[in-house]
Amino acid sequence: MIVCVKQIPDPAAPGALDGATNTLKRDGKLILDDSDAYGVEMALQLVDKAGGGEVSLVSMAPNGETSGLRTALAMGAAKGVLVSDPALQGSDALTTAKILAAAITRLGGADLIIGATESSDGYTGTVPEQIAELLGLPSVTFAKKVSVEGGVLKVDRQTENGYDEVTCALPALISVTAGVVEPRYPSFKGIMAAKSKPVEEVTASDLGITPVGWAGAGQKISNIAQAEARQAGEIIEDDGESFTKIVGFLENLKVI
Amino acid sequence: MTLNNIWVFAQVANGAPTSATLELLTKARSLSSNVTAIIGGDGASGAVLGEFGATKVYAISHGATLPGVAIAAALKSVIDGGDTPDLIMFPQNYEGRDVMARLSVKLDKTVITNNVDITDGGDGVTVVTPIFGGNTLVETTFTGAGPFLAAFRPKSFVAESAGGAAAAVTALTVPDLGAAGAAQVLAVHVEETTGPKLDEANIVVSGGRGLGEASSYALIEDLAKLLKGAPGASRAIVDAGWVPYSYQVGQTGKVVKPTIYLAAGISGATQHMVGMKGSKNIIAINKDKEAPIFGVADLGIVGDVHKVLPKLIEALKARG
Repeated sequence: MIVCVKQIPDPAAPGALDGATNTLKRDGKLILDDSDAYGVEMALQLVDKAGGGEVSLVSMAPNGETSGLRTALAMGAAKGVLVSDPALQGSDALTTAKILAAAITRLGGADLIIGATESSDGYTGTVPEQIAELLGLPSVTFAKKVSVEGGVLKVDRQTENGYDEVTCALPALISVTAGVVEPRYPSFKGIMAAKSKPVEEVTASDLGITPVGWAGAGQKISNIAQAEARQAGEIIEDDGESFTKIVGFLENLKVI
Repeated sequence: MTLNNIWVFAQVANGAPTSATLELLTKARSLSSNVTAIIGGDGASGAVLGEFGATKVYAISHGATLPGVAIAAALKSVIDGGDTPDLIMFPQNYEGRDVMARLSVKLDKTVITNNVDITDGGDGVTVVTPIFGGNTLVETTFTGAGPFLAAFRPKSFVAESAGGAAAAVTALTVPDLGAAGAAQVLAVHVEETTGPKLDEANIVVSGGRGLGEASSYALIEDLAKLLKGAPGASRAIVDAGWVPYSYQVGQTGKVVKPTIYLAAGISGATQHMVGMKGSKNIIAINKDKEAPIFGVADLGIVGDVHKVLPKLIEALKARG
């Protein structure tokens, strides 16, 4: 089982762009993307249920940061490959998928590859499906319920109006929605064990993927503009009668 | 750069093209007179697609195979056969993302998602993507040769009929997909909803974590019903399992632009704001006066939703 994880700047801190490169600043400490904790948990549960196997991680970062990976290892993943290379800065989704697919191949592939529906910082939302195409695998995206029975994958796949029941032979790739499972908190024992779990660091050229970063992206940032800000209106403290303000507001708009 | 040949990934629900489809066709025909609609299924909606600007329809029946892998493979065959689009526009949703992701690998072309606008100027084809909750607009220009692949958020453009004639429908066959085509749909489940649809309602009442517990969501449903609006939700309470995903407003849920959006117990995470900032009037109720939602609210009540909502509901009921 291989889970694709992303380490992102803490979403609680306001995001900022690097003025020189127009990329998201990722120079501080990076944490495990919440969206990926669901995939890690899903993989751990499937391995438990199968009674064997292990969970590996693949990740990509422009620097050698591993704190987010350590969180996933502390949850119970066995090992990881981090593709870390300053040249990767500015990589588009397709290049990211090529890097992660090569890292997955380096690990010898997997019965099941798990990703999130989208990251919480870049939210392109295409990388898992691109990895599946690169590896020639079937995929089920937006999985909200997953089980494996007799070597066959069964997924409830989120749709606009409900969900589809989907079946698929392994090996395969899935992307899981937030809330598919409840991610565990790493235990103290898990955190201590994670410190000595292997994380192999490789570069893009180790994987034979060139060009990467801005050079490989079929796009360039041409301008950054501030959107017209919405003006805040009247803010009042509730004194027990504030509902009348809302009633008046609705009356003014003639909806009641 | 001039866009001569534009494809639009079209979708049909309940026998009619979706609103996102008509929005994209409207924009596409403003950029080029040569617009092809790509549709999964039999292309029975060729008349409406033509009315909104499609001059041609490629219909791709994929049976029980998931659309992403099947439609991308059929399109690759057409492109290899010599009909090469300059731009393919996708809706920012499940099927749109899957088809564009598969196709991007087959064509070895970048994808740019989450866009709200596109221009075709002297410097090339540029798309506009809001980031940081919509406060910053990033303009990205495609480099190299097309086809350019771009996905657009719902309601980025206003759909207008062009009064065009029915488009000619060409059925495409799906090539052998090998192992990649192994995922098959066994059953389709539709979650029934009552009242106006969330993304079409004139009034939306949404609840968030500030409701405290799942049972309090009844306040949201009661208020929405009284106002003849639709109930919505933040991602936090959808993830917590209080309400189905179809209620979710935000980046990964529905984009709504009602006349009135009432946010109760929602702090206003970027994820959520992206889906509702376009509302004409916003009312927010939240205990934390520092909550970001107050930055966009026309009327903000700093207070407990459990105290404010029941009184509001009583007052509206009393009016009859």
